[in-house]
Amino acid sequence: MADSQDHEHNKMQLKGVMGWVEYRLPWVNLLNNAVGTNYPTPRNLNYWWNFGSLAGLALVIEILTGVVLNMHYVPTAEGAFASVERIMRDVNFGWLIRYVHANGASVFFAVIYLHMFRSFYYGSYKNPRELVWWLGLIIFFLMIITAFTGYVLPWGQMSFWAATVITNLASAVPVVGTDIVQWLWGDFSVGGSLLGRFNSLHYALPVAIVGVAVIHMWALHEHRSNNPLGIEVKGPQDTLPFHPYFTAKDLVGVGVFLLVLAGLVFYAPNILGEPDNYVPANPLQTPNHIVPEWYLLPFYAILRAVPDKLGGVIAMGGSIIILFAVPWLDTSKVRSAKFRPIYKQFFWLFVIDTLILGVVGANAPEGNWIIIGQLATFYYFFHFIVILPVLGWIESPKPLPDSISTSVLGDKKSPEPAE
Amino acid sequence: MKALAKILALAVVASLAASPAFAAGGHEPEKHDWSFNGILGSYDKPALRRGYQVYMEVCSFCHGVEFIAFRNLIDMGLTEDEAKAAAEAVQIEDGPDDQGLMFMRAGRLSDRIPPPFPNENAARAANGGALPPDLSLMTKARPFGPDYVYALLTGYEQAPDDVEIAPGMNYNPFYSGEQIAMFEPLFDGAVFFEDGTEATIEQMAEDITQFLMWTAEPKLDDRKRMGLGVMIFLVILTGMFIAVKRRVWADVH
Ligand code: HEC
Ligand code: HEM
Repeated sequence: MADSQDHEHNKMQLKGVMGWVEYRLPWVNLLNNAVGTNYPTPRNLNYWWNFGSLAGLALVIEILTGVVLNMHYVPTAEGAFASVERIMRDVNFGWLIRYVHANGASVFFAVIYLHMFRSFYYGSYKNPRELVWWLGLIIFFLMIITAFTGYVLPWGQMSFWAATVITNLASAVPVVGTDIVQWLWGDFSVGGSLLGRFNSLHYALPVAIVGVAVIHMWALHEHRSNNPLGIEVKGPQDTLPFHPYFTAKDLVGVGVFLLVLAGLVFYAPNILGEPDNYVPANPLQTPNHIVPEWYLLPFYAILRAVPDKLGGVIAMGGSIIILFAVPWLDTSKVRSAKFRPIYKQFFWLFVIDTLILGVVGANAPEGNWIIIGQLATFYYFFHFIVILPVLGWIESPKPLPDSISTSVLGDKKSPEPAE
Repeated sequence: MKALAKILALAVVASLAASPAFAAGGHEPEKHDWSFNGILGSYDKPALRRGYQVYMEVCSFCHGVEFIAFRNLIDMGLTEDEAKAAAEAVQIEDGPDDQGLMFMRAGRLSDRIPPPFPNENAARAANGGALPPDLSLMTKARPFGPDYVYALLTGYEQAPDDVEIAPGMNYNPFYSGEQIAMFEPLFDGAVFFEDGTEATIEQMAEDITQFLMWTAEPKLDDRKRMGLGVMIFLVILTGMFIAVKRRVWADVH
C-alpha cells in the first residue's frame, strides 16, 4: 500500500526526536497525506477551490478571538452591554479583537456562500460527494445558530429584539408553542436567562463545527476534489501534488482574505452592523426595523414571505432542508456548468434570486417588497424542485473533454487552468 | 468568470443601498468633512478640548457620558492636572465606611464622569417626561453617526405652517418624526473658548460632535495608525505569495 510505504519512508528519513515521535505518532505522514506531497489534486483547480481553506482559516480566527472575548464578557442582562464596552475601551487591544471577531463572522459567511455557489456551479455535490455536501450543510446550519446566538450577546437593541422575534417563532407550533417558547427563554420573557444559554451555545457550537469540518474533509479525501471540468481524474498526468502547488495557491487566497478582513476591521468596522445595537437593550421600546445581519437576510425574507407564522417557519426551514436533496434533484450526469449551457443561465438566475431575497430581507415588509419577496421565495424553491430535475432531462450537454490533462495542456496558447 | 465579478460588485452596491440605515426617519444629513474621516484621519485635539468644554458647560446638565472616566480625558488631550482638577470638582458617593454609612468625597481620576440624574425617573421628571439619552455611544448608535448629530444640533428651524407642534416639542427635520423634546441646546456665545475660537452654533456643534465621536470610539487614532501598518504589511505579504505561486507553477503550465 502506498500509504504504508510512505510511512516507512518517513520513518527512515526522520532521525532524532522527530523520528522518535513519527514512529509512534506519524503526524508528518498524516499531514503529508492530507495536504502534502502525497495528496494528488486535480491540476486544473481554479481559485474557486480556495474557499474551503479560507473557511478553515476564518473558523480558527473566530474561535481564537472568541475565546479571548469570553474572558472579559459578562453574560447577564445587567452586565453584558457594559462588558462589551469595557472590552472596547479598557482591555488591551480589546477593540481589535472584538472588531476582528464581528467582521470575521461576516467574512466567514461570505467565504462559505462562495464555497457553496462554487459547489452549485461545478456540481460538486454529485455522486460520489453527496456526504461531503451534507456535512457542509450541517456546518452551515450550525454556523447560522452560532452567528445568531452571537448577535444576541452584546445585548443591544437589535440583539434583544432579534432574540425576541426568532424565539417567538416557536410559538407557531400548534398546541405546545407557548410552552416551547417559555422553555427556550427559561423565563416568562426574553432576559438574562436566555442570554446565559445563548452564550453557552455560542461557545459550544463552534467546537462542534470543528468536529464536523474534520469529517467533511475526511469524506472529501476519500474521492478527492472535484474540478472545474467536472470529469474524473484518469491518472497521474491529471494531478499535481497538493504541496507545493496548492499550498502556494491557497496562500494567495489567504493574503487576499486577510486584506479584506483588515480593510473592514481598520477602516469600516461598523459598516456591516446595525447602529441600533449600540443602544442598550430596552424591552419597552421596539426598534423601527428589526433586521438580522446581512448574511441571514435571504432567510429572513423567506420567513416573512408567507403570511402565516407557521407557514413562514416551515418555508424558512424548508429553504435549508431542500439543499440536502440537491444531489438527487439535479438529475444531470454532467457535473460542471461549463458544459451545461442552459443550467449555466439558471445558475446565474438563482444567484440573482438570492441577492434579491437579501435586499427584500433588509426592507420593511410593505408595498412592493411583499410581492417581490413572495415571487423570489417562490423562485428559490422552483429552482430546486422544478428547474434542476427538468434541466437534467431535457438539456443536451456539450461534449466533455477526454481528460483533464489534454484539456489543460493540449492547447499551449492558453496556459491558465481551464475556467 | 468575469460576469461573476460584475454580479458580486452589483450585489455589494445593492445590499448597501438596501441597508435600513438609508431608510431612517428624518431628512438625510449632509456629509461633513471630519478630521477623523478617511484612511489617514485622526481626531483634532484642540476641537476635542473645545467639544469637551461644550459638553461640560451645556449638554452635561441633561446628558451623561457613562463610559467615560476622568482618566480617559488624559488620552483625549487634557493634561493630568487638568483631568485631576475636573475630577475633584465633582462629588461622588462612596462607601459604605467602617460604620456602614455612605459618604460623599471628591472625584478621582478613576471615577466615571457622574450622570446628571440619579435615575431615569428623575431625568424624565426634569425634562417634561422625555428622557435625554446617554451620549457616550451616540455617534455610533444612529445612522449617519457624526453627520447626524451635527445636523441635529444645527438643524432647528421654524416649523412649516402645516406642521402642528405638540406642546413641549421643537421642530427639527433631522430627528425621526421631526419633533424633538430637546429644545435647541446651542446659541451663539453659549460658551467662551480660551483658544480664541469664536463660539458660533456651527463651531460648537462641530466640536461637540468631534468630542462625542471620541467618547464612542476612543481608539480610532490607534486603529487607523495600526491599520496603515497592517495593510502595507499584508500587501507585501500577498505580493510575495503571488510571486511564490508563480515560481512554483512555472514548470507545469
Ligand atoms: C435641557 C436638557 C438638555 C440639554 C441641555 C441638552 N439636551 Fe439633548 N436631549 C434632551 C432631551 C430631553 C432629549 C430627548 C429628546 C426626545 O426624546 O424627543 C435629548 C436628545 C438628544 C439627542 C438624541 C437624538 C436622537 O436621535 O435620539 C442628542 C444627540 C442630543 N440630545 C445631543 C445634545 C447635545 C450635544 C447637547 C449639548 C450641546 C444637548 N443634547 C443638550 C435634553 C437636553
Ligand atoms: C467551517 C466550514 C467549512 C470548512 C472549513 C470547509 C472546508 C472545505 C475544504 C478545505 C474543502 C476542499 C477545498 C475546496 O474545495 O474549497 C471543501 C470542499 C467542499 N465543501 Fe466545504 N467547508 C466548510 C463548509 C462547507 C459548506 C457550508 C458546504 C455546503 C453546504 C460545503 C461543501 C463542500 C463541497 C461540496 C466540497 C467539495 C468541493 C469539490 O471537490 O469540488 N463546505 N470544504
